[in-house]
Amino acid sequence: MVSKRKKKYESGEGNRYVSRKTALKMLQLSLKDFRKLCILKGIYPREPRNRKRAQKGATGIKTLYHLKDIQFLLHEPIIWKLRDYKIFAKKMGKARALRDFETIKRTLENRPHLTLDHIVKERYPSFIDALRDLDDCLTLLFMFSTFPSLQHVPRDQSALCRRLTIEFLHAVIASQTLRKVFVSIKGYYFQAEIKGQTVTWIVPHQFCFVPQSTLEVDFRVMSTFVQFYCVMLGFVNFRLYHLLNLHYPPKFAVSSADATEKTLVDEEAFVSERVAALNVPLFCTGRDTTAEEEVEIDQFPMIEDPTKLEEIKQEAEKVKKHKTLFKGLKFFLNREVPREPVVFTIRCFGGEVSWDKLLFVGATFDESDESITHQIVDRPSLGKQYISRYYVQPQWIFDSVNARELQPVEKYFLGAVLPPHLSPFIDKTREQYVPPEERALEDPSLAEMNPEKEETEEESETDEVEKKNESENEGEMLRNEEEREDGNESEIHEKDKVREQKVGIECGL
Amino acid sequence: MAAVGTGKKRKFIVSGRNEYVPDASEELVDTRHAYQDEYFLTSITNDDDSSDEDDEELDESGKNDDDGDDEVVFEDDDGEESGSEDSGASSLGDEITGDADYDSGSDYSEYGSEETEHEEEGEVEEEEEEEEEAEERKNDESSKGIKVSDKSEEKESAQSKPLFKLKQTTSSKINKSSTKLSSTILRNGNKKNVMNELAQADENRTIQQADDEYKSDTSDEEDIRNTVGNIPMNWYDDYKHLGYDWDGKKVMKPLKEDELDSFLKRMEDPNFWRTVRDPQTGQDVVLSDADVDIIQRLQAQKIPDANFDDAAPWVEWFTSEVMQTPIVRVPDHKRSFLPSRIEARKVAKMVHAIKMGWMKPQEEKKKSYEPKFFMLWQTDEGVEHMRRIQNHIPAPKRHLPGHAESYNPPPEYLFDKRELKEWNKLRTTPWKRKLHFIPQKYNSLRAVPAYDRFVNERFQRCLDLYLCPRARKMRLTIQPEDLLPQLPNPKDLQPFPTVMSMVYEGHTDMVRSITVESKGQYMVSGSDDLTVKVWEISTGRCLRTIPVGGVVRSVSWCPNQALALIAVAADRKVLLVNPGVGDHLVCSKTDVLLEEAPEQDVVVSERVKTAVQWEQASEDVWKNGIRVIINHFKEVKQVAWHGRGDYFATVMPEGQNRSVIIHQLSKRRSQVPFSKSKGLVQCVLFHPIRPFFFVATQKHVRVYDLAKQELVKKLHSNSKWISSIAIHPGGDNLLVGTYDRKMLWFDLDLSTKPYQTLRLHGTAVRGVAYHKQYPLFASGSDDRSLIICHGMVYNDLLQNPLIVPLKRLSNHEPYNDFGIFDVIFHPTQPWVFSSGADKTIRLYT
Repeated sequence: MVSKRKKKYESGEGNRYVSRKTALKMLQLSLKDFRKLCILKGIYPREPRNRKRAQKGATGIKTLYHLKDIQFLLHEPIIWKLRDYKIFAKKMGKARALRDFETIKRTLENRPHLTLDHIVKERYPSFIDALRDLDDCLTLLFMFSTFPSLQHVPRDQSALCRRLTIEFLHAVIASQTLRKVFVSIKGYYFQAEIKGQTVTWIVPHQFCFVPQSTLEVDFRVMSTFVQFYCVMLGFVNFRLYHLLNLHYPPKFAVSSADATEKTLVDEEAFVSERVAALNVPLFCTGRDTTAEEEVEIDQFPMIEDPTKLEEIKQEAEKVKKHKTLFKGLKFFLNREVPREPVVFTIRCFGGEVSWDKLLFVGATFDESDESITHQIVDRPSLGKQYISRYYVQPQWIFDSVNARELQPVEKYFLGAVLPPHLSPFIDKTREQYVPPEERALEDPSLAEMNPEKEETEEESETDEVEKKNESENEGEMLRNEEEREDGNESEIHEKDKVREQKVGIECGL
Repeated sequence: MAAVGTGKKRKFIVSGRNEYVPDASEELVDTRHAYQDEYFLTSITNDDDSSDEDDEELDESGKNDDDGDDEVVFEDDDGEESGSEDSGASSLGDEITGDADYDSGSDYSEYGSEETEHEEEGEVEEEEEEEEEAEERKNDESSKGIKVSDKSEEKESAQSKPLFKLKQTTSSKINKSSTKLSSTILRNGNKKNVMNELAQADENRTIQQADDEYKSDTSDEEDIRNTVGNIPMNWYDDYKHLGYDWDGKKVMKPLKEDELDSFLKRMEDPNFWRTVRDPQTGQDVVLSDADVDIIQRLQAQKIPDANFDDAAPWVEWFTSEVMQTPIVRVPDHKRSFLPSRIEARKVAKMVHAIKMGWMKPQEEKKKSYEPKFFMLWQTDEGVEHMRRIQNHIPAPKRHLPGHAESYNPPPEYLFDKRELKEWNKLRTTPWKRKLHFIPQKYNSLRAVPAYDRFVNERFQRCLDLYLCPRARKMRLTIQPEDLLPQLPNPKDLQPFPTVMSMVYEGHTDMVRSITVESKGQYMVSGSDDLTVKVWEISTGRCLRTIPVGGVVRSVSWCPNQALALIAVAADRKVLLVNPGVGDHLVCSKTDVLLEEAPEQDVVVSERVKTAVQWEQASEDVWKNGIRVIINHFKEVKQVAWHGRGDYFATVMPEGQNRSVIIHQLSKRRSQVPFSKSKGLVQCVLFHPIRPFFFVATQKHVRVYDLAKQELVKKLHSNSKWISSIAIHPGGDNLLVGTYDRKMLWFDLDLSTKPYQTLRLHGTAVRGVAYHKQYPLFASGSDDRSLIICHGMVYNDLLQNPLIVPLKRLSNHEPYNDFGIFDVIFHPTQPWVFSSGADKTIRLYT
């Protein structure tokens, strides 16, 4: 018997990948729907080992998806929703053209609606997986929560973003997991350590929205991302609140008599405003968990090295201290201070904070309160000053948090020239230029020496070269990014191909 | 609503006329109106040839048996209209009245009343206006209940026009609620005078009644500025006005306050919380305390009126008991018992639509699209294999910012002019920039603006997430410490010799060779002083000195433990010496064995005979311990025993093709294994287990299989001159020392090239040795240093030997540029001996 002749590309890498065009044909979807589906399901193109073989001998560069991923998409119930949506759009268009308002109303009422719960579970089988992927989610939602109503960004979406992000901030406050804060020119970087995962997010400075040309930014793509991330963050919040024994959605522990009176106006608005104030502890469903946390684990000498063990112990002690950095301090914010990030930071480390009650609701005490220890001011001078408190600039808070101890207030007094604000994310073991300020942080004895002298020495020797080296990595990363400055949706089609040529996201393991 | 419906129809017929809706029609039942309208249309179609009203009436009545009343009504209307046309005096007023009649849906009991109607036209017009107003007011206040409508009715009655009275009569037919007036009128028939009088009386009575009844009613005094009535106010959403005031002027919407104003108001106005917007006027109304009280009571689900006594005794106005006489005088019409056919038809249509799925019940659809969250993950790390993405590669996280991105960076991070120029120059190729932003310094947080490319950067990240092809790249991250071989802890490698513990002195010249007894008690050394000395290892005493009459180049103890025998290579002789130490039995047995030569039954070839002659030792040397002397034709450099102790090989480097000779002790026989010279033979070695024979020439080591008599392998040393070789007791690894300072480790299974080359010595390596039990090897060289290495050979073939240099011991003293000649390990202990040019032998433990 003659064995069947083996054809090329019927097994191995040639059989493992499909081009985007084939994928569209398999799924019977338009490119727009396919894109949406990929975003929601988290499917991405693959970089094959051998491109020529993967493309079945075709030269040039194609977008290749894993065949199994596409087969996986074939079974997705959302595809039917997308098709329903297409039909809905057609019906609406027709009814609009005919000015058939009855039909419009009816169709709108019956419009298809996507539920993404199962996708969240599918993409993140465990809670830790979800936490690991929270960076992009938070940054995008924080940005969207500041957006006005745009063409492809409905008002309720940004309102939902705002609600969820505020809820997340409350969870971080309640669990005291914030570790680092960095004020950059792009925004506030916050880094929290939740369940052993470091989560970093950026909160933009105020008024970050600038109208974008459609060539630059496609809000539809981002809106689809936000659609998924909202659901994801909602579930993450729910679980976080559950872990902290908090009631979800947030409720308040106490409702004063005066509060009940005010609920007459609008209860929902009232609660959401108080929640946004970030200043009131939320309603606990169970008993207070703080007592339970105190349980200490017995020491087992698992690690041989006694010095290492000591280091670990010290680190744990430091973190414990860090959590209560501002405990017992009472802060008052002047009205020019950006309220939300500062309040969030102070509350995360156990401080009490209030502000001018005309600035925002939720102020708990007045400026005239004598027990205030620090007043945060961000203006060169101030009229009436109290003797009983320090007038410091906001950077003092961030620097104290990053240094894990209260910095001397003298450098940050009202109107003083601030010391440089350093990034806490720098790898301490790097072999690159270390600014003298950072070295002084490491070794306090250096600070007492003449810093200017040191600085000049350093600069003359190593600055020029090493500063550049440091930024080289960033520059490289950026190249990918900057090259993609298209975003015009009509162009995306072609640019996708160009994109392929770039080195894929590499995952070093 | 019903009124509006009829109004539409009216327009259809008599366009351009004012709409007049009399009060009576309002109280009609909706269905009745529907009937009216339908028949109204039919009557219009028949309108043209309606000259004889009565006939028509009869026809119509004949057609429609069911609704006698309505039919009559419409025929009358038609008749009236045609009548007015006939008279030719159809003024505007006339038309209006006619119209009004239509609207009322009234039916005249008498046609004669037409004339009077015409006479009073002017008055009617005025009346109408007033009525309209009243109507509107009624619409406004319709919610306030029947009281108000009654009142407006009363007003109308106060006008007391006969026509109106007639209308009232018609309406009374339909309307059961206004029975009082109509009943009187009906009784009076069509006599006007009587009617007038009666009306007057009636009027007075009712007005008086009203005064009494409504003294306290303030609904009239209410400040109604908007006259649109009780309509959904969202009809006015798109307009700038909210409705019309009493003068018909538009009531404008108040200016919308912006967020800032409302915010300020909220902050500053103490009454803000009780301020409510009136949807009718758009004005803000501050609720009084009483209002707030009512609301609070409502919220608390109490009775709004605080003064209401809910515990008061119950007065039963309508008893549950069946009364003997009905409350109302008029019995229910038959119609009210019969189900409506048209309604039934409509309902049937809907049911069918629901059945077919064309229509959905409204309640089903009402659901909010707000996402609902629940406990999605029960535990933190349930290993649920739900992620079905093939071989998922998580997206890498973004790099975290450095100092340069700070809003207040150290000054050296800011761009100087040159850097800025360079940055700007790369505008077209931004990926070449070293930083993707210009570092900036702000004096205070207040001054930091929003980052203008923030949205853009997020968008790029989104694109990366779903468009960038991902692949797992195994990147070799070599840490500097990884490059160094993983040094095992020195503790793990112990035991190995570390210190010199004994020096064996006694020789008067260089000690070229040493060998240790297989039990490890004695040691033999051969020296340039023409003697061989036997030492006790533990004490360091020289037990015997045997003069051999030549420079001793090699000594080797027989590995057979049943024999006490040493092979000594001295000049051209190889002496077999019984040292006479150790076990007496063994010594004497050896002597017995070697006393006389066995019978030579094989013919020795000429080639061998010329090279080697066996000779029994003479008496004078016998007492020195020499038992057998083997004379060679050239100087013997090395002698090596086979593992069993029966065969031994000798090397004569100058012996050409006969440089290697293998001797058999038991038969006192020699053979020359090689017929051809392969080079200058340096040393030879027997494989410890297998019948292999190693021959080291200057550059190569050849491995022969003695059983098959063939070459197995040829090892390339890559060096100039091999000095010595040693074989691992396992037999798979070979150590080669060379005069060009190298030490080569061959893995015989691996390759014919050295597995590892150790360049540890400064000068020529003269001796190498393996330990028999411990994973140790040592080498001695002319730089007087003895180097101990750890050489672990694993049973696992895949794992390569681990070689770690451990110790450098240099205790020998220099002598004529020579250092150490020979190195040997103790057979059982981790001790090593070295013999040097400084006439000593040293023991390291």
